Amino acid sequence: MNQYPVVRVMDVEGTLAFSSSLETALHIYQDMILLRAFDEKTLTLQRQGRVGTFAPSLGQEAAEIASAYALDRQDWMVPSYRDHGALYVHGLPLDHVILFAMGRSGSYAAGVRALPSSIPIATHLLHAVGLAYALKQQAEPAIAMAYFGDGATSEGDFHEALNFAGVWQVPVLFFCQNNGWAISTPVHRQTHSETLAQKAEAYGIAGVRVDGNDALAVYEVVRQAREKAIQGHGPTLIEAVTYRAGPHTTADDPTRYRTSNEVNIHTAQDPIRRLGEFLIQQGLLTKTLKEQMMRDSKERINEAVGRVEAQGAVMVGDMFRHVYQTLPTRIQRQWHEWEDRSHE
Amino acid sequence: MSEKNMVEALHDTLSQMMQHDPRLVLLGEDIGVNGGVFRVTDQLLTQFGSDRVIDTPLAESAIVGTALGMAIGGLRPVCEIQFLGFLYPALDQLISHVSRIRARSAGALGAALVIRAPFGGGIRAPEQHADSAEGYLTTIPGLKVAIPSSPADAKGLLIAAIEDEDPVVLLEPIRLYRLGREEVPDTLYRVPLGTARIVQPGRDVSVITYGAMVPLARAAATQLQQRYGWDVEIVDVRSLSPLDEETLGQSVRKTGRAVIVHEAPLTGGFGAEILATVTEQAFWWLKAPIVRVTGPDVPFPPYAWEDWYVPNVSRIAHAIGQVMAEE
Repeated sequence: MNQYPVVRVMDVEGTLAFSSSLETALHIYQDMILLRAFDEKTLTLQRQGRVGTFAPSLGQEAAEIASAYALDRQDWMVPSYRDHGALYVHGLPLDHVILFAMGRSGSYAAGVRALPSSIPIATHLLHAVGLAYALKQQAEPAIAMAYFGDGATSEGDFHEALNFAGVWQVPVLFFCQNNGWAISTPVHRQTHSETLAQKAEAYGIAGVRVDGNDALAVYEVVRQAREKAIQGHGPTLIEAVTYRAGPHTTADDPTRYRTSNEVNIHTAQDPIRRLGEFLIQQGLLTKTLKEQMMRDSKERINEAVGRVEAQGAVMVGDMFRHVYQTLPTRIQRQWHEWEDRSHE
Repeated sequence: MSEKNMVEALHDTLSQMMQHDPRLVLLGEDIGVNGGVFRVTDQLLTQFGSDRVIDTPLAESAIVGTALGMAIGGLRPVCEIQFLGFLYPALDQLISHVSRIRARSAGALGAALVIRAPFGGGIRAPEQHADSAEGYLTTIPGLKVAIPSSPADAKGLLIAAIEDEDPVVLLEPIRLYRLGREEVPDTLYRVPLGTARIVQPGRDVSVITYGAMVPLARAAATQLQQRYGWDVEIVDVRSLSPLDEETLGQSVRKTGRAVIVHEAPLTGGFGAEILATVTEQAFWWLKAPIVRVTGPDVPFPPYAWEDWYVPNVSRIAHAIGQVMAEE
């Protein structure tokens, strides 16, 4: 069997194998800061009852942001529920991310090539494969990339998706963030495989394991897999090894199933601090700039929250409007009934 | 214009539509080289190539799930599920994604795809090949469900389904596939989804049914016409979702009596929806309680019991007699 060593972009001699400019690295850093600020804000809002159950990305900022930077805007992003950071990078306005957290809309904006976040686990991997088929059929130089976690690799749809992708040789990437936990289930209870990347081998597709807390390595691995897919050399399963430093969602209490010692070990590898140190060493980041970024992020988020909260109550009709393109009379009638009720 | 059975009508329609719309792709198990287990896609692989007529690996969830991706990506997929009883792994895709992508994207994305599946008993098929699962599907908002009972309707419904911007499941009664032939126009015509058909008008009683039960209802009606002179109206629902409430209501307001026939089990079956709808529409015109003729509440049995399970002419005639007896 193949080996699946963890890819890093800085080798033991300290040579950096990063194909993009360090400017890109700085942008990635900035958005990682924004994502963390967003999660902190949303957690506060959740405690105040202004936002519903919410899945934070704490500890996974490198995997979320850098992977999305490696995509082009014409690529299809097929996200799961924790991927608001990636969606934001791909073009989803901050306001929409907040609307989604507030249960006011799907995580979708017209014109952005991203599907609404998939809630049922692994089901959306198949959509990415179908999108990739359509891209190939229409000779569009783009790819589709699905986001999911380690738990998803146990679902049937994960295996069906990799199998179809292998048979069809379509330009699709499967980006698995192995964050160690599927709510309370650790990876070793999820699979007896040593790695998740090796599951690719059974389907005759490439598997890569990358340090998911090394933003530049994530960027590099996705970029290369994307290039390969565009050239017609087939799909790749990418396992980004990271850690969910926070709860599964705001409804979860991780102290029930893992020790604070384990969490501390991982927080020491915090991806934001790691990239920050690197950028400081490169002379691209200063303490002042970092503080500036944090202030800007908070300000932008507060503004977006303000805009969204100023929107007022939802319209009852909006839950009927888009069930079909042309509404059957029965639903039209129900819409009217509910509309009348809303005016009572 | 030529005479065709339902398989030929479906085949020729797919071929016509594939020529008509280059975005159309077919995918399913054994539909290419083998032409489908019922030969509905016979020779289409040769005609349109393997990029558009796709023999898939054996995974129903993946057939439906990838079709959704294809549809969003600009293709018009038509999936074949080999038998409706094999659709169940794909229900998650239908319920969680296909039916609600339009709502979840506030109307920006749609699942313009069709799922074709042969269904129903009566051909001595192995176990689990004969389920009538339409009732599960009609409970899914965002999905449309249609069932033809004739070759001409099969063509018109298939075209309407392919052209629809929303997902449509077209259930094809296996027993009618090669049962009879009728004139099928060569033109591209549509049977609008949401319209029932009066198969034969009558004054005394409405038999409301669909699919393979339609010819049985006709046979029962003929028998009763000859024996007692009863004038039976037969309504082919043909579009279960959306449902043509108007035509159903009109028919029962006219006759004051109704018998509902389907093959699926009684409890929670689509007949309950028809009965409720007709009651809402025609309660004050009813002269007798409505009677349902359905499969019993047992799993579809091995075929030695098939004739006991599937409604037949005599059960339908008996039920009509029951509602006619009430004054």
